[in-house]
Amino acid sequence: MAGAKEIRTKIKSVKNTQKITRAMEKVAMSKMRKAQDRMAAARPYAERLRRTLGHLAQANLEYKHPFMVEREVKRVAFLIVSTDRGLCGGLNMNVFRATIRAIREWQAKGIEAELVLVGNKAISFFRRVGGKVLASATQLGDRPQLEQLMGIVKVLSDAYRDGQVDRVFVVANQFVNTMTQRADVVQLLPVQPSDSEGLLEHWDYLYEPDAVELLDTVLARYTESQIYQAVIENAASEQSARMVAMKAASDNAGKIINQLQLQYNKARQANITKELAEIVGGAAAV
Amino acid sequence: MPQLHVDIVSAEGHIHSGAAEMVFAPAEMGEVGIAPRHAPLLTRLKPGTLRVKTPDGQELPFFVSGGILEVQPYLVTVLADAALHGKDADEAAALKAKQEAEEKLAGAKTQVDIAKAQAAIVEAAARLEFVRKLNAPSHH
Repeated sequence: MAGAKEIRTKIKSVKNTQKITRAMEKVAMSKMRKAQDRMAAARPYAERLRRTLGHLAQANLEYKHPFMVEREVKRVAFLIVSTDRGLCGGLNMNVFRATIRAIREWQAKGIEAELVLVGNKAISFFRRVGGKVLASATQLGDRPQLEQLMGIVKVLSDAYRDGQVDRVFVVANQFVNTMTQRADVVQLLPVQPSDSEGLLEHWDYLYEPDAVELLDTVLARYTESQIYQAVIENAASEQSARMVAMKAASDNAGKIINQLQLQYNKARQANITKELAEIVGGAAAV
Repeated sequence: MPQLHVDIVSAEGHIHSGAAEMVFAPAEMGEVGIAPRHAPLLTRLKPGTLRVKTPDGQELPFFVSGGILEVQPYLVTVLADAALHGKDADEAAALKAKQEAEEKLAGAKTQVDIAKAQAAIVEAAARLEFVRKLNAPSHH
């Protein structure tokens, strides 16, 4: 019974694979919870800061910070947030596809894009596709820290301040829920004024110490917090996408094992029947 | 009596949110007291104690390590770099942070390192003072 033995080895190997995917699913599940907690903890700060900035954008400021002024677009920059490791379904591909689409749109208007990459996957993808890379950050781990991102924050802010790029976008996965992550392109700079809340018409802030320095601080914080938020949100998305992908893989492995088991049983039965027929045939011949 | 709404958030999470009669904050140019209908104000905070006087007469202490204060007529937003609710204050941790900062200063070589360590000490000292004041037996 040659067929049966091969099937048995196959079953064994699929079972081993299933063990691995199950373990990865469990690991991703626990990491996802922590990543979600971190994301939730950072959200209030980012939201309040955005609200303050919304007020600022409506105010009649005596001093306009360059981060808040729209200018003619000659070059754009994209910050692309991806994961370091794979096995997380279509998560990274969705981000890359959204990026490529956005880049094409700008290219159609004759505007070139520059890239800032987060995560190994983005680096290897854009090495293949091509594109001018300004900076990159990798190996952020499961708990990305703001300090790890300061390099790219500085590169982006400087590029914008020096007029090297006139618009900065962030492409990352937004965590909707465990099953859904959405790749989104969000404009980071210049800051877009948010919804009005019916504040006084002509007013400005009192500044202590002075407007230039303060707005610099506020806008630096804003850029940092937006980028940080995008990165940790992507991290939470990564874990949940991996959990879902690994669950699907484990389920598939289970299905394959069932099919193989059926094949194995059939082969075994056919073999027994054949042997019986041989014995009966032999006995009849005597 | 009009009231203020106070939001205190730090980079690590939401700290406090609620109504207030008055807010005292350690602004960079000196302590400011904010009552309802204050003019819009934007200022940086230095490490220190922020107090929120609630409508029922309580005074809630918070530690902020620096950050940004935004005042709208009926809304105060504190964007702290790091903040601590009075009830979560821990003297041992504050003391340890101060010692670590001092050790770092001793080991610092470059100008940038020294400046960083000094800033850390200022913050840690302010935190320690906050905790001690809080834990000291009150005399009234």
